[in-house]
Amino acid sequence: MSDIAIRLENISKQYRIGKRQKKYRTLRDVLTEAAVAPLRRAGELLSGRTVEATGLNETIWALKDVSFEVKRGEVVGVIGRNGAGKSTLLKILARITEPTSGYAEVHGRVGSLLEVGTGFHRELTGRENIYLSGAILGMKQTEIDRKFDEIVEFSGVEKFIDTPVKHYSSGMYLRLAFAVAAHLEPEILLVDEVLAVGDDRFQKKCLNKMEDIGQQGRTVIFVSHNMPAITRLCERAILLEEGQVIADGPAHQVVETYLTLDTSTTAMREWPDPETAPGGEVARLRAVRVCAEDGRVVESVDIHEPFKVEMEYDVLKSGYVLLPHFYFWNQAGICIFGTLDIDPEWKGKPRPAGRYISSVHIPGNFLSDGMIFVNAALITQGPTILQFWERSAVAFQVVESFSDDGARGDFAGQIGGVVRPLLEWDTEFKSDVGGREWLKR
Amino acid sequence: MQKVINSEVETAIAPTTSGLESTPVIRIEPSRGWVSLKLRELWEYRELLYFFIWRDIKVRYKQTVLGAAWAIIQPFFTMVVFSVFFGKLARMPSDGIPYPIFSYAALVPWTFFANGLRQASQSMVSHASMIRKVYFPRLALPIARVLAGLLDFALAFLVLWGMMLAYGITPTANVLWLPLLLLLAVVTSLGAGLWLSAMNAQFRDVGYAVPFIIQFWMFATPIAYPSSLIEAPLLRMLYGINPMTGVVEGFRWALLGVETAPGPMIVASSLAAVGLLFSGAFYFRRMEKTFADVV
Repeated sequence: MSDIAIRLENISKQYRIGKRQKKYRTLRDVLTEAAVAPLRRAGELLSGRTVEATGLNETIWALKDVSFEVKRGEVVGVIGRNGAGKSTLLKILARITEPTSGYAEVHGRVGSLLEVGTGFHRELTGRENIYLSGAILGMKQTEIDRKFDEIVEFSGVEKFIDTPVKHYSSGMYLRLAFAVAAHLEPEILLVDEVLAVGDDRFQKKCLNKMEDIGQQGRTVIFVSHNMPAITRLCERAILLEEGQVIADGPAHQVVETYLTLDTSTTAMREWPDPETAPGGEVARLRAVRVCAEDGRVVESVDIHEPFKVEMEYDVLKSGYVLLPHFYFWNQAGICIFGTLDIDPEWKGKPRPAGRYISSVHIPGNFLSDGMIFVNAALITQGPTILQFWERSAVAFQVVESFSDDGARGDFAGQIGGVVRPLLEWDTEFKSDVGGREWLKR
Repeated sequence: MQKVINSEVETAIAPTTSGLESTPVIRIEPSRGWVSLKLRELWEYRELLYFFIWRDIKVRYKQTVLGAAWAIIQPFFTMVVFSVFFGKLARMPSDGIPYPIFSYAALVPWTFFANGLRQASQSMVSHASMIRKVYFPRLALPIARVLAGLLDFALAFLVLWGMMLAYGITPTANVLWLPLLLLLAVVTSLGAGLWLSAMNAQFRDVGYAVPFIIQFWMFATPIAYPSSLIEAPLLRMLYGINPMTGVVEGFRWALLGVETAPGPMIVASSLAAVGLLFSGAFYFRRMEKTFADVV
């Protein structure tokens, strides 16, 4: 038996992205097109030709000559920017869409988890949805029967299992949906960003479950923007850029490559276009930066030096009480701490619209060395609404230079831990009694 | 760490697979030309098909006041309207049978067909999110939509049975043919539904066209009038190319004992229906690869 689970050979996928518009269109053009297009379309339709073949449309290669192999039992992370082809790759492996050229071989039963709650019907009860969603995800009825109690217990919605899911809170809905998906037992599991939903506790539960799946020796392909999750769950990662594999290797290395692809994904990230910036009607995130105290953007900070992390954002509607906050994560996927804006000037006060910069000052001798990822988020209060939540908005390296006054003193080995505080120590000389007693023996 | 896990898995799996290759190997590559119907795969997914049918039945009348009564209301009140306007006012001939039961016997299979067609044609669009996120044989969706209508059919059919009792009409021995006639309606509904659902995935125009198509089709089918209005045998056979003509005339013949045995007409209808189903299925399968991208 081969120990290859997945093999891709020059997989390419072309999408059309709509027709290129001529700059000026006369009424005659419009009318003739209106008259001719339906006939042409009907012709294409009946001949079964897809429209891209006619050359009318602009096309884009979502994937271009992607080849790699995944061994049985490997947990592989796929990372890359939006539009790099990650989701397309999963869709091809899940047989949802066909490649334009190339081929792939998949050895074993594939379960795809590209969305939480696929096939859920709002009018059906929790119980009914477990069966329906399970069947859609590829479980046999006997399999669902066997796991039913486990699924319900995992979801924690026992009391409402016979209530239509439309009456569920969104959290309950997600938990139930994930519970079904988490009990899929295919040989190969494809997972796409499902962890991007739900509250932190739920996300943690999902991550733990994913870790279990990985440790059971199943093959997992995991697409995510959550770099700490990638380094925690996967030993190998593949980096896609414009549809091509540009890095493939140990996860932490590939993650580092990804984060240093260009400056926008490292210590500074900016959203120049207000339309696409994270956020909604009330506030939009425009930039996040890691700066030295003098304001220079820095990719790495000395473990002994203080620095600051700032977010620049637009408040589009006046009158809201805003609460910007950051979450700091380390490479192992552990949240080091979260911190909220407590500047007394704005605490509890509605703010006028405008551009703001909120900075948090991180003292020196606080973080441990390594890669740090920062999530930038902003909520409005009363009611509490999340305005944006930018995962791994920036990342930076905490580097340790040896100095006499550091937390490690003269020790040169590994210390570990999520923080490296410089704490006060006292060592007192009591008397020489202890030493004498040992000598007597 | 991973190495250890790998070797564990291999030893765990090895004994069962050393002789026979039990892990299925799926080859993913672009399909070209006319593709196979993959009916075996559909069979493997029969449980899912069953769940789809069950769901469609279950949610059909959720949050309605009258619930499953709609299955009867639709054909019954159409019959009432037809009886008043065509039967009483226009004095439409009805092969010597009381007009209400004459039209209702046709409306029962017709309603099944029309609802099935309407539901099937929407099946790709209304499951867009599912189609984009998970793989299963897409054929299961329109098939489930059509088959789920059988329950409504059964309810409406009970009323037909009651009306026959009321009118004192005893069904002929030909009633044994009814399952086959129903199958003909299923095949027709599914055949047309496959064509339209596949087209609808790419062109939403179909969504607007379907009500028209159903309306025209209804007038092209002898529901409000008897097919005996057309007398020339050749013309009658041509008329039978509309498979629903065969279904409707067959129902009247089997249940009400209408004398015009629809023999050649049924043959034409059956051939047309089978042709429609196969062409629809192949067209659907050919377009299937694009569904996730366009729907």
